[in-house]
Amino acid sequence: MKRGISYTKAFTTLLQRDLRIAIRHRGDIFNPLLFFILVVTLFPLGIGPEPQVLTRVAPGIIWVAALLASMLSLERLFKADYNDGSLEQMLLSPQPLVILVLAKVFAHWILTGVPLILVAPLLAVLLHLDSNSYVALMATLALGTPVLSLLGAIGVALTVGLRKGGVLLSLLILPLYIPVLIFATSAIDSASINLPYSGQLAIIGAMLIGSLIMAPFAIGASLRVSTN
Amino acid sequence: MTKSTQSKTLLSANELTCIREERILFDGLSFNINAGDIVQIEGPNGAGKTSLLRIIAGLSRPYAGEVKYAGEDITRCRDEFNHDLLYLGHLAGVKSELTAEENLNFNLRISGYDNFDTTALLAKVNLAGFEEALAGHLSAGQHRRTALARLQHSNCKIWILDEPFTAIDKKGVEALEQLFILHAKSGGCVILTTHQDMSIISDDILRKITLDYRFV
Repeated sequence: MKRGISYTKAFTTLLQRDLRIAIRHRGDIFNPLLFFILVVTLFPLGIGPEPQVLTRVAPGIIWVAALLASMLSLERLFKADYNDGSLEQMLLSPQPLVILVLAKVFAHWILTGVPLILVAPLLAVLLHLDSNSYVALMATLALGTPVLSLLGAIGVALTVGLRKGGVLLSLLILPLYIPVLIFATSAIDSASINLPYSGQLAIIGAMLIGSLIMAPFAIGASLRVSTN
Repeated sequence: MTKSTQSKTLLSANELTCIREERILFDGLSFNINAGDIVQIEGPNGAGKTSLLRIIAGLSRPYAGEVKYAGEDITRCRDEFNHDLLYLGHLAGVKSELTAEENLNFNLRISGYDNFDTTALLAKVNLAGFEEALAGHLSAGQHRRTALARLQHSNCKIWILDEPFTAIDKKGVEALEQLFILHAKSGGCVILTTHQDMSIISDDILRKITLDYRFV
């Protein structure tokens, strides 16, 4: 009986499993996306259709909606695995926990972050986003949503053992989300007046790399505490 | 003589204390588990059987004391220990959205096995013909069997099983007992909890660790 699989294989095995489960459980993919679309479409109805006003608030609305949608979907990240015992098996698996955690977060991003990035340009049209800002919007979302998933996962890992962890989760992770929100909207604003926005992008990129390296360790440690 | 028995010790618990909800479940609990042992942890509901198993598996930390694997604290040699450990909790770790085959496939892969025949393994636990059935649609016993199929393909020495016989029929229990005896004979150990009487594993090969329910 030979044993030992490569890290890549462990990563893809778990990724495939999570994607397969999500495909059989489609509501999990559509709920956050639907929330995102609904929130953004309600804003023009609420504040009036003047293009100048909408152009001004568009970056903020899209980003706040993306942030909340990502947070809504987070709670399920480890909950199902916690409830059916799969999480314990993951903690006791001979594979490094960091790899497994990274695979779970990556699956979560593919299922919630990527759809948001794909529909965002359509919603931006609805909000009269300045034509110079589209590239900036896509770039900030592409760099920023993985950060949201990674940071959020720390909070989820800490609260997974609690029965009503939802409110606590928001309190824990919203402060961590704020820097991403500030730099992302500032990048889009700069783009709309034709200023360079590479500085803001670089900061979001740095957050992504930092959280990519450190968050998996924090998530792993939090999961061990939560299942204690 | 002393040396040979020491080398056979797989796990040793040292002065374990566990406190839950301000109640002492057990304290100063020490025991050795050697290769070839089948150990049943017994006691009434709420005595701390599951807590003890989770502590031995390294899922929970004891309030005091330590569990040693090959002479080293399990929190310090987690990789080696996890490599040698198969733990099945009372939650089976079976995903209801996946088929029996996909579940087994994933569970074995994540434990590091690469070459196995899921159909044959499922047939061994009487699940032939249910490979493509979603685990959520299986009966409770079949659900449990899907998890237990992992025991058929394992080279871990230490098996920790929390209520493995739940929802399993008489014949299935006998097959499992035979599997445990085989595993113990080949140098492994089995630590389990159950409230069922075992028919094949007789009292002379079964070691018991008894936990009492305490009110203090």
